Amino acid sequence: MLTYLTYFVLSMFVGREVISKVPPTLHTPLMSGSNAISGITIVGALVAAGMTEGPWARWLGVAALIAATINVVGGFLVTDRMLQMFKKKPTARLGGTPH
Amino acid sequence: MVSDLINLSYLLAAALFIVGLKRLQSPATARRGNQLAALGMLLAVVATLFLKQILSPIEMIAGLAVGGLVGLVLARQVKMTAMPELVAAFNGFGGLASALVAGAEVIGATGWSTVLTITISVVIGMVTFSGSFVAFGKLSGKISGNPISFRGQGLLMTLVAGAAIFAMAWALIGPASLSAGLAPASFGVLVLAAVALLLGILFVMPIGGADMPVVVALLNSFSGLAAAATGFVLGNTALIVSGALVGASGLILTNIMCVAMNRSLLNVLIGGFGQESDASAPALGMADGRRVTTTSPDDTAILLTYAQRVIIIPGYGLAVAQAQHQVRELADILQARGVDVKYAIHPVAGRMPGHMNVLLAEANVPYDQLFEMDDINHAFDNTDVTLVVGANDVVNPAARHDQSSPIYGMPILNADQSRAAIVLKRSMRPGYAGVQNELFFSANTRMLFGDAKDSISALIAEVKEI
Repeated sequence: MLTYLTYFVLSMFVGREVISKVPPTLHTPLMSGSNAISGITIVGALVAAGMTEGPWARWLGVAALIAATINVVGGFLVTDRMLQMFKKKPTARLGGTPH
Repeated sequence: MVSDLINLSYLLAAALFIVGLKRLQSPATARRGNQLAALGMLLAVVATLFLKQILSPIEMIAGLAVGGLVGLVLARQVKMTAMPELVAAFNGFGGLASALVAGAEVIGATGWSTVLTITISVVIGMVTFSGSFVAFGKLSGKISGNPISFRGQGLLMTLVAGAAIFAMAWALIGPASLSAGLAPASFGVLVLAAVALLLGILFVMPIGGADMPVVVALLNSFSGLAAAATGFVLGNTALIVSGALVGASGLILTNIMCVAMNRSLLNVLIGGFGQESDASAPALGMADGRRVTTTSPDDTAILLTYAQRVIIIPGYGLAVAQAQHQVRELADILQARGVDVKYAIHPVAGRMPGHMNVLLAEANVPYDQLFEMDDINHAFDNTDVTLVVGANDVVNPAARHDQSSPIYGMPILNADQSRAAIVLKRSMRPGYAGVQNELFFSANTRMLFGDAKDSISALIAEVKEI
């Protein structure tokens, strides 16, 4: 348990370091992308759906699996769709003023 | 051996998540970063499928297929303007999944530490689930965006929280007191899930529409923490590490949003902050008799065309009117005539962190024309025209000096310092803070009433004629 707690706390620090440098322009993709990552529960759902502890556990697992898969697939795809739009345009446009 | 392989692939997946998030630090590398994170997820799923002793493949394939299809359709169909509610909905699904996985674990659970982690996971997961869907309802207009509160809400909230603690205790004592069956724990967790569901609803209901950026970011953090809690239940490091990353990310965003509003998180959560008063008569005058000055598209077009420097301030009204393409077209025409056009983005403009940036990116506005508040605020006094499109409280000078104003102390964009400000607005309805905006009554300000999309289309037509 203490080992897990160590992983948890250290990961929070890593997350803080990595994410505090994300520019505000990308905050929405950051949210939807990190949300997709939180769909990692899908791994737990797969195990639960494959359990033999009885029908209850299995059906809970299947429901969890559906929810987690929506989260993962939808989250990554919609983030990709958003990030696709963040392209840098050539600054010199017809008579425009580059800055 | 097999479990080593699984853990190695989980480690690799977590590393890919971190590298992927790191690439989100620049728009140029962000897309690849997201793809790396997705690859990490695929790796974790495939490793689990192949290496664990999975006994019922049909349920699993069905679950993956149904969930994948729904996710695919949602991600493809949604309009960019509906992005806040979609993000909220995905959050909700993530929270639900974590709670359900933990719930499934109750049946084989032994020992109080396992049950404790299960109860924590169920509470966070269910609150995330119901809270996110209330947020979804508010953002998509299915539930009133007004802060909904009623008398005794605080009492009810306390009761529900008390019930949650009681149910948690019940679930905990269960396995220890009854060695024969695990029924008490299961039942306790079931009650807990129901109570947590109610808690999530009560938690988001009183929060007004414009405070949604904070709530969405906070729920984002919760969805990560729920996954991490489930990781504690399963003893799965992949869940713990990834969940903690997301939890940290959401907390950082929540903090940024609160700082941008100069309000504490607690203040936002208590909610009930100003009604979006639909009922109030459109008052064209201030209490001291000052009145707003209106203008027309052709006058504004002349002003814009002969300006040297123009700053556009987008707000939630731009998203509602879906006017991002028109705004960009107007900016393009002005730039072609040698006008310097910049966009000023307030951190809490819109309904989620970065909302305006996504909308403008959809309209192909180059992101190097978008400026954050601190980078552009000094430039307003050297600006000829500021075009305020559907923004309100984030440009209210009262935040600087009027200590009685509910938004006093909130950092604002200095639109009032430019030589002229044109405010595009549907009516004189006050913003979410429920206060009149001093900017509208300033001598340099002209109001251009109407739907932002129509107004800007009219402006484009007029500018083309000059």
